[in-house]
Amino acid sequence: MNNISHGQKLFLTRLRRHRLIVRFARVLILVLFLVLWEICADTGIIDSFIFSSPSRIALCFWEMVSDRSIFLHIGVTLYETIVSFLLVTLFSILIAVLLWYSRKLSEILEPYLVVLNSLPKSALAPLLIVWLGATPTTIIVAGMSVAIFGSIMNLYTSFTTVDREKIKLIYTLHGTRRHALFKVVLPSSVPAVISNMKVNIGLCLVGVVIGEFLAARNGLGYLIIYSSQVFKMDWLIMSIVLLCIMAMALYAVIGAVEKLYEKRF
Amino acid sequence: MEPILKLTNVSYSYHTPDGETRALSDISFTLIPGEFTAVVGPSGCGKSTLLSLIAGLMKPESGSMYLGGMPLTENSSKIGYMLQHDHLFEWRTVFRNVVLGAEIRGKVTPEIRARAGHLLEQYGLERFARSRPSELSGGMRQRAALSRTLLLDPELLLLDEPFSALDYQTRLTVSDDIGQIIRRSGKTALLVTHDLSEAVSLSDRVIVLSKRPASIVRIVPVEFSLEKDTPLNRRNAPEFKTYFNEIWKELNRDE
Repeated sequence: MNNISHGQKLFLTRLRRHRLIVRFARVLILVLFLVLWEICADTGIIDSFIFSSPSRIALCFWEMVSDRSIFLHIGVTLYETIVSFLLVTLFSILIAVLLWYSRKLSEILEPYLVVLNSLPKSALAPLLIVWLGATPTTIIVAGMSVAIFGSIMNLYTSFTTVDREKIKLIYTLHGTRRHALFKVVLPSSVPAVISNMKVNIGLCLVGVVIGEFLAARNGLGYLIIYSSQVFKMDWLIMSIVLLCIMAMALYAVIGAVEKLYEKRF
Repeated sequence: MEPILKLTNVSYSYHTPDGETRALSDISFTLIPGEFTAVVGPSGCGKSTLLSLIAGLMKPESGSMYLGGMPLTENSSKIGYMLQHDHLFEWRTVFRNVVLGAEIRGKVTPEIRARAGHLLEQYGLERFARSRPSELSGGMRQRAALSRTLLLDPELLLLDEPFSALDYQTRLTVSDDIGQIIRRSGKTALLVTHDLSEAVSLSDRVIVLSKRPASIVRIVPVEFSLEKDTPLNRRNAPEFKTYFNEIWKELNRDE
């Protein structure tokens, strides 16, 4: 391994350069964007009252960190998202298992699932407020409603596409359908469950923000609506940036879970 | 000797909304304990259906099946089944794959664990007990799959083209290897294959099936006068070609 050929060396150098350029360009775009934004706002090319500016957003964030109010908003949104995500994961696995167990049930329910899945969930939010009141429960249910139907359908599909021969093996070993579920279907669907979770975490955040638009006293969604009403664009854009970071962080957590699982096998 | 398996006039059809496909028609044969029987026939003729019926995965539409003098009820525990692919589960270690059958029956006793360890040792897999199946070669995977089947000590082994997924060279060595293991264990075996040379090299009798709906065309007894009667030696024996041609002729008789 010590003797690397000239061709290999050249290849490695090129690869390293390629990676460096990609990384550099990524950072450069962000920096250029922020600098340009700041300059345009400072020199009055754009109206900083409407478009805000990076420095004003940073200052605003710092103020809200100082009076600790930002932590409440972030915490509430994060809590609601995580709870609705966990509930979606739990219920979609349970329901998908139930559908897998009974082909009749799954065929009967299929059109209902399709309709519920394609329904714009934001239409449900006002209904939920009337039924459940303007409480965190409503927001959690709103978050769940966005993700759960698609999640059930995805999981059910991945359960039913498990290699039939593997299930046959269980039967040749004199197992039952329950054994097929626990020994084959569930273990072989772990990667599908994880990739499903990756989609769900983002969707739950969408649902929670929609819920907060309509029925919250705090949370980043509430902050966005409130600041647009009182025309505090600094708050509004800061909230959006925080949502971006939150979405990235949540996705990264599940990515880490996936890595951990892959390492085990 | 009392036959271990007795099939009388067994028939089976597949049903779809478009109609009925007759797969097996009036199949009757018996297996004697310790005998290695091969079933050959054109592809898609219903060979695998036959095994599924005997294994109790499906019920025959008519006819009777007896195992050891008793009617063959669903999932008879005296039957072991080996599928086309080894289907070792990647999320289990080799050892845990081998004890899968015992686990399903809820009897992973210390004795069974010891037996599994012994089987792995016997087949040269003890070093890989804690490995993942992907670390095994094709031949070793097949041995692990055989250990999984043999762990429950079946009296009758059903082999559904167990070597067809392997490349030619591996296939020769693995079928030689597995064939000898089964011979030594003294178990009765029923092998389904579309490979005539595999059938001749492994078995004592070859049942030739017709095209669908499959019925028995002929049963050809296979006997070699070899000092060391192994599948590989059989392939080099002069009788091999004779049997091969005889069965080949039977298979293509109506064409």
